[in-house]
Amino acid sequence: MKNTAEVIIIGGGIIGCAVAYYLAKRGVTDVIVLEGSDHIGNGGSSRNGGGVRQSGRDVRELPLVMYGIKNLWPNLSEELQVACEYHQDGNLRLGKTEKHREILTKLANNAKGVGLDVRMIDGDEVRQINPYLSDEVICASWCPTDGHANPLTTTLGYYKMARKMGVRFISGEPVKELRLIKGRIRQVITPNSIYEGESVLVAAGLDSREILTTVGIDIPMTNSLLECLVTEAQPHMFDQMLGTAEADFYGHQTKHGSFVFGGSSGLERYNKDNGMVSNSSKTAPCICRGIMKYFPNLANAKIVRTWAGWMDASADGVPAIGKVEEINGLYVACAFNGHGFGIAPAVGEQLAKLITTDTTDIDLYDLRYDRYKAKI
Amino acid sequence: MNSINDRSRDIGEFKSMPDDDMLICRCEEITKGEIRKAVHDGMWTLTEIRRYLRTGMGLCQGQTCSKLVKGIVARELGISPAELEPATSRVPMRPIEMKVFANEAEKLKEAN
Repeated sequence: MKNTAEVIIIGGGIIGCAVAYYLAKRGVTDVIVLEGSDHIGNGGSSRNGGGVRQSGRDVRELPLVMYGIKNLWPNLSEELQVACEYHQDGNLRLGKTEKHREILTKLANNAKGVGLDVRMIDGDEVRQINPYLSDEVICASWCPTDGHANPLTTTLGYYKMARKMGVRFISGEPVKELRLIKGRIRQVITPNSIYEGESVLVAAGLDSREILTTVGIDIPMTNSLLECLVTEAQPHMFDQMLGTAEADFYGHQTKHGSFVFGGSSGLERYNKDNGMVSNSSKTAPCICRGIMKYFPNLANAKIVRTWAGWMDASADGVPAIGKVEEINGLYVACAFNGHGFGIAPAVGEQLAKLITTDTTDIDLYDLRYDRYKAKI
Repeated sequence: MNSINDRSRDIGEFKSMPDDDMLICRCEEITKGEIRKAVHDGMWTLTEIRRYLRTGMGLCQGQTCSKLVKGIVARELGISPAELEPATSRVPMRPIEMKVFANEAEKLKEAN
């Protein structure tokens, strides 16, 4: 089969699959998606906690995620013909101390500044929204337009539709090098093949750094471990997405009835992981202790599964998205810092527009890849 | 591991079969027909099938159905079951209550 395409997408995660789908929707189906692992959506796309939220985000990425929540998420299940399980029932970011209140108030004020409906509420009002929360909770930021969805079916839904529309997906093809021809991006090299494209998008999560380095572009990011757990199905309790000021856990109850919670132990940077993405025996119990402080009546819920994943953490906590100015035809979308799922439909749609028309509806200037500067 | 898999390879059309409504994953109530359809939707690895349909994601974590699912997917793809890698087994080995799991550390003195 031919190894050339109009657009080559490196990375078969939710970003790569979404860009492929929106390109196909615009009539561009001569697209090859190269996935390095054996499975589509095998990185953060399948390992995150499923948040589709605006509150708690940096103002630089808010316009994109607000655009997606307004325009794309509401009809995504119909569009992709899968159950994305999108719920828009609000996000409570919980606080237990005055210090938490301070952190949450600051985040809420920043978001209000760019037009997001988010406000501080006190403990009693929190328990009116979610009666299962313990009395330790004294405040929360409340964003009624936030929500959650199923990362697995959403990612694979984008893949399924793009593939059906004629996009070619190849897994087990880890990209090692990019090569310019006549000053323009052209070749994408794997251990087995050379692919050629008019345009190339690098959306390979953490691996994007090494790939981009081969054409002299460096995005300062590092890996950061995230761990999640899931309970057996429970009777329906609530539909909000939850987070905490302390970031000791976050999560939601799924349509299936199970609770998905993510969190950390604080020891992640020093885990003995032998270079693999794997759980630490300390983390899931630590998340459990955190959850039980907020939800005492989940103490008897059984944990059935835990997992871990890498986040691609950039130097300033927000992604790098857009066109690489000094290399014609090259685009990037990486460094999503563990909150790339909710923003993915907007990124996919806008990048497809950028690649085909050289314009976007949302200004991506604040997310440009070369914004990182030394402190002095 | 990391073998090239071109997802545009032609595996033929989905044809319904008389036993498509047979339950394969009992915990999550997934039928043979759903699994076969998922293969035609592009889910060509056991990990993808699991994430797409929830097979093996219930209480038994696939201890009952994973071999059956493997056989069905392999037949649909026209390959040997040995070519399909099993989905990753995850901690804990048996479902465990949060309050028990949480006992990993001694109760800390009031940290806050």
